[in-house]
Amino acid sequence: MGLRLPSKVLEHILSFIDSNEDRNSVSLVCKSWFETERKTRKRVFVGNCYAVSPAAVAKRFPEVRSLTLKGKPHFADYNLVPDGWGGYAWPWIEAMAAKCPSLEEIRLKRMVVTDECLEKIAASFKDFKVLVLTSCEGFSTDGIAAIAATCRNLRVLELRECIVEDLGGDWLSYFPETSTSLVSLDFSCLDSEVKISDLERLVSRSPNLKSLKLNPAVTLDGLVSLLRRAPQLTELGTGSFAAQLKPEAFSKLSEAFSNCKQLQSLSGLWDVLPEYLPALYSVCPGLTSLNLSYATVRMPDLVELLRRCSKLQKLWVMDLIEDKGLEAVASYCKELRELRVFPSAPDLDEANIPLTEQGLVFVSKGCRKLESVLYFCVQFTNAALLTIARKRPNLKCFRLCVIEPFAPDYKTNEPLDKGFKAIAEGCKDLRRLSVSGLLSDKAFKYIGKHAKKVRMLSIAFAGDSDLMLHHLLSGCESLKKLEIRDCPFGDTALLEHAAKLETMRSLWMSSCFVSFGACKLLSQKMPRLNVEVIDEHPPETRPESSPVERIYIYRTVAGPRMDTPEFVWTIHKNPEIGVSHLAIK
Amino acid sequence: MSYRLLSVDKEELVTSPCLKERNYLGLSDCSSVDSSTIPNVVGKSNLNFKATELRLGLPESQSPERETDFGLLSPRTPDEKLLFPLLPSKDNGSATTGHKNVVSGNKRGFADTWDEFSGVKGSVRPGGGINMMLSPKVKDVSKSIQEERSHAKGGLNNAPAAKAQVVGWPPIRSYRKNTMASSTSKNTDEVDGKPGLGVLFVKVSMDGAPYLRKVDLRTYTSYQQLSSALEKMFSCFTLGQCGLHGAHGRERMSEIKLKDLLHGSEFVLTYEDKDGDWMLVGDVPWEIFTETCQKLKIMKGSDSIGLAPGAVEKSKNKERV
Repeated sequence: MGLRLPSKVLEHILSFIDSNEDRNSVSLVCKSWFETERKTRKRVFVGNCYAVSPAAVAKRFPEVRSLTLKGKPHFADYNLVPDGWGGYAWPWIEAMAAKCPSLEEIRLKRMVVTDECLEKIAASFKDFKVLVLTSCEGFSTDGIAAIAATCRNLRVLELRECIVEDLGGDWLSYFPETSTSLVSLDFSCLDSEVKISDLERLVSRSPNLKSLKLNPAVTLDGLVSLLRRAPQLTELGTGSFAAQLKPEAFSKLSEAFSNCKQLQSLSGLWDVLPEYLPALYSVCPGLTSLNLSYATVRMPDLVELLRRCSKLQKLWVMDLIEDKGLEAVASYCKELRELRVFPSAPDLDEANIPLTEQGLVFVSKGCRKLESVLYFCVQFTNAALLTIARKRPNLKCFRLCVIEPFAPDYKTNEPLDKGFKAIAEGCKDLRRLSVSGLLSDKAFKYIGKHAKKVRMLSIAFAGDSDLMLHHLLSGCESLKKLEIRDCPFGDTALLEHAAKLETMRSLWMSSCFVSFGACKLLSQKMPRLNVEVIDEHPPETRPESSPVERIYIYRTVAGPRMDTPEFVWTIHKNPEIGVSHLAIK
Repeated sequence: MSYRLLSVDKEELVTSPCLKERNYLGLSDCSSVDSSTIPNVVGKSNLNFKATELRLGLPESQSPERETDFGLLSPRTPDEKLLFPLLPSKDNGSATTGHKNVVSGNKRGFADTWDEFSGVKGSVRPGGGINMMLSPKVKDVSKSIQEERSHAKGGLNNAPAAKAQVVGWPPIRSYRKNTMASSTSKNTDEVDGKPGLGVLFVKVSMDGAPYLRKVDLRTYTSYQQLSSALEKMFSCFTLGQCGLHGAHGRERMSEIKLKDLLHGSEFVLTYEDKDGDWMLVGDVPWEIFTETCQKLKIMKGSDSIGLAPGAVEKSKNKERV
């Protein structure tokens, strides 16, 4: 207990420690380490914006330069979280503006961001550099204009899949003529046309621009003109490729692409006509990331493109690639790390694509570095899963969506238990797992037992009974996020493993059999869990044993939140007060 | 469906649950805390599990049968297909009683359900309810689908003819769905053999609302349906304007809907047509409306005074002068 480092020395040592996990450990050693660590932390990550209060974060980390926040539960992406649930960025922006004026970077995911927020950011942080909004909503292009106009040193402005009220393309012209610092611009989710001359000038005066993702309103001509001005781009999201094919247009496009010798990542390609794809051939050998998931192009054209992409590490594509196309990928793209295959026709009645489990098996066999998979398929087999697990024990992320709920192994008619057992057992480094198809409680016994490193688990239409949840919550040592929908378990396992919930970030359950009574009990007994019942009808009007529609449980040190809408019921910790609904409009 | 606890393995699974002490909060957990600002996980020792022994105090000893509808209540989402129960229409045996069998794609069938719902406003869970449910008898559903399977011929497309639509399934982000929808509606001719998704998304904005929404006009077959859907979607914005607060407010909130406000002519539904003119919704036949509507807007009554169909003509004439 005698050794005591001078704080300057400690500061210097800590400057080498980047990872927040390590910094969290450091902060627990003793009070002086806590103090030194907090004063030197530059990057703060809050995985659930309601787990801690903005004021507490701002106070604890006065020197923060980069803040990352996540708001709504992941299932909000699939419309399972009603609008108005929460996840407001404002309190955070306000708190940061007050206490941490040196903030330079804000990254938000699944949060409600208003124009007011954006204006406040622009006004409060003098050296603001990076704004990345992913799956956010609530703002308009006016807010973006405020950022563009005011943040003189803006380097990164990325709107990824946001829902933006598009009031027109004027926002782009708000970048002052003096702004030359732009490194990355992504406005692919906006609808309106921007003035191409403004964009050309902006690109011309931004020598550091490396990443440019256009929206579909930018034409091919526009694209050509921009590529000519920014041949140094490493990431490109094209505009729309749907213009009528003119011979000169094609050769101009081809030439423009061939001058982009540093291009590594290509996306966009909405409505791409297959006749235009050869214009991309020159950049294929250098591509490490290719997003064809909006390109409605048939397999032969896809293969012709992909066979040239020998360095490809990340491929997003639609099921139009078919098994045959994936076989080609397996033989040409030996560096592949990540594969995502999306359905081109999500409605089951139209599923007519020859993409089966075999496609994924091909890639698992041929691509030794494959570690991340998202695969939508109508049906699957245990045999395929066993092969995949055997061939690719290095998988870190495995998300299989068998589109048909309750679909068993279509060859043997058995549940997919054995297959997922193989995945859980074989892939020892698995961090993220999504299961689907017909699964019995047994499957979850295997997962609970073997999936020791899984942090995020997604389950739908599976299991037989309470045992399913029991297996998961008594196993899965590293589990941090669990999201479940339409599974037939109830209160027992949830209550029995209540303590486990405090070791996790969050638990989402919808359309299961959990009763309101259990939610009440859980909330009253676990002071550091927020138990939110999301139900259109007041739970008090029904018997306590009746099931609730949706539950979101998360650990927090901030207590129950004050901004719940009328359909979210938080059970007050004091049993006498009962169910409360604190809404601040 | 009654669920039962199977006693398996060495696990001491008791039927009357109590909170067992389990050490989940080992010190090593601290390093895996994501939120960087949970300072004291060390407080675990304060969790005296024995003292927090829980007993389920439910009136019945076993899980109750689900009598009322549950789950899959469509959240107020603009671009999600409306719900259909997850049962094939052919199979009657295992269908839940009182359950309307609706076939996917048979929008008219669903329309009936919607009409029924809008007719029973204000009451909590009417008996037949909104008939949108994933059958609680999950096992029966899976059995019935498997039966269908074994009867059907082999091949990829052997799923039952009556496919169900479920909220948020398959799990595809709405951004992707919207993008695919709008691009397919543009080039159904150009892409070989690819059927149109048959969706028609238009943006809906409302005066005073912080952001706009999208609706798929093809999921409705009448103005009545559209209006009900919009009511649901935007009622959260109008309620604030009602000035209702507190515990009282909640019951009243569910009763006062946008419709009432619409009838009180506080808000009017308008749309922008192909020529860029703003018109009142409801004057043209539904089919023509879906073909010409580009955008929807819920305007304050006072702003829309000039928008009677007659007035539209007048403004056109004005421009010519």
